[in-house]
Amino acid sequence: MRTEFRLSGSGGQGLLLAGIVLAEAAILDGKNAVQTQSYGPEARGGASKAEVVISESDIDYPKATDPDYLLALTAEAYRTYGKLMGKGLIILDSSVEATADIAARTVRVPILDTAATVIGKKVVANIVALGVLAGLSGIVKPATLELAVRNRVPQGTEDLNLQALRQGFELAAAAKVAT
Amino acid sequence: MTNVKLMQGNEACTLGAITAGMDFYAGYPITPSTEVAEICATELPKIGGKFIQMEDEIGSIAAIIGASLTGRKAMTATSGPGFSLMQENIGYAALTEVPIVIINVQRVGPSTGMPTSPAQSDVMQARWGTHGDHPIVVLAPGNVKECFDLTVKAFNIAEEYRVPVIVLTDEVVGHMREKVVLPEPGSVTIVDRQKPQSRANYLPFAADQDGGVPLMASFGDGFRYHVTGLFHDETGFPTNRGDIANASIRRLMRKVEKAEPLIRDYFTESTDDCELLVVAFGSSAMSSLSAVRQARAKGIKAGLFRPKTIWPFPETVLDELAGRVKRIIVPEMNMGQLVLEIQRIVGGRAPVESLTKVNGELFRPEEVLEAIVGGRK
Repeated sequence: MRTEFRLSGSGGQGLLLAGIVLAEAAILDGKNAVQTQSYGPEARGGASKAEVVISESDIDYPKATDPDYLLALTAEAYRTYGKLMGKGLIILDSSVEATADIAARTVRVPILDTAATVIGKKVVANIVALGVLAGLSGIVKPATLELAVRNRVPQGTEDLNLQALRQGFELAAAAKVAT
Repeated sequence: MTNVKLMQGNEACTLGAITAGMDFYAGYPITPSTEVAEICATELPKIGGKFIQMEDEIGSIAAIIGASLTGRKAMTATSGPGFSLMQENIGYAALTEVPIVIINVQRVGPSTGMPTSPAQSDVMQARWGTHGDHPIVVLAPGNVKECFDLTVKAFNIAEEYRVPVIVLTDEVVGHMREKVVLPEPGSVTIVDRQKPQSRANYLPFAADQDGGVPLMASFGDGFRYHVTGLFHDETGFPTNRGDIANASIRRLMRKVEKAEPLIRDYFTESTDDCELLVVAFGSSAMSSLSAVRQARAKGIKAGLFRPKTIWPFPETVLDELAGRVKRIIVPEMNMGQLVLEIQRIVGGRAPVESLTKVNGELFRPEEVLEAIVGGRK
């Protein structure tokens, strides 16, 4: 079975790295995974999106077609990709208001705020988000994800990012209770 | 299992090149090919190779031609605008028979176009971008593992036949990451150019007229050797004699024609009994494969033919398939380029329909499926 993730926000938020880590964790768990991206010509800012498809079997088409999970960290990403959502769950940063015209199931989670105030580093919002996605989907084992984070984040930032990941797991647990 | 990795297409091309023996890279970074240059910059110095960031793409291809003449295995990588700048020297490499490999990670053109969006619109440029009749080989990987395999193959073909070889990928294949199992080191076949043994009476361009490949001395090894983009006789010195030019062009073209059955590479799925054939290459073939599988699930007898060698096109394979299908659909992320070659080969035996997409996005499988189900567009 194919599980599709779309991680959307603005360039520079590190969503591509989050997608890479998620795909790598799936592979370490023995599954198949494909990660793709789409971004603008800007180095920072502009709409940015990473997609991850995870499956036990062969993956022929690499892009998400009807995502099971949409992460939206900005209002623009929510408006653009939220309305394309069918069966899947939207994980919306709590800085963005949900609107009635987007019908898909939605949970609002304080991802950016947790990174900025609990961890004290806005730059780890991508890894907080990764913890939320993994926690809500249960797609990879937490220990595997920790290993993948260690493999892929810049040297010297491992502990900070693992702290961010665990905060993400906790946010996911709280969101599960709330829904 | 240590060889199982999450790897990007551009990374796989680069590792394939290094596995094939590439020890010289010159380039000018350009989206979406930049990772190739980045990885070469970090990896080549570790193995005694050279990485040079050149002033532009004209300099880049000139540098790899020069490096190859000294015996190095040399490569550059680029995208549309840079590929355009390289055209003149592609012809130079073809006529002087210098083995080089160029990775072209296609993006939307013409001009600077859409730098971060995929296209497949350099199909004809890859074949005919430089002036004059010339031999060239173009390989099109359809996934990350093939980026590795076909870059190894590109070097082997370049070395064996002394032709420029282009690995034609695009932003999707170049940037996507997937699970790759790399071959064990030592298990990969590597071909090296044939070198002359004796300096006495060395004729650098002496070869069998029926597509023969001359022995290639390395500059610096003490062989008397002249290289020019003018037509030249066996000594390598210029000539304006029509009979020599005629024989040279025919030998150069014949090299690739003779090689075609040996280098031919393609993938098929469900073609044994198919009535409808989708012909697609590179990233469009991913959407097509998904569409063909969905069509089969609906009971439609669809099949996929995916050439990996697109120039020279595996003509005899398509020729056989064309004789027993009712319709052919050719999805490409361009305005219809490879379809022309397919129409030529099919020769009216079945309707050949072009499915084009030029908005910088990969085909969705449903778009190809609609064409399969919906009949003529």
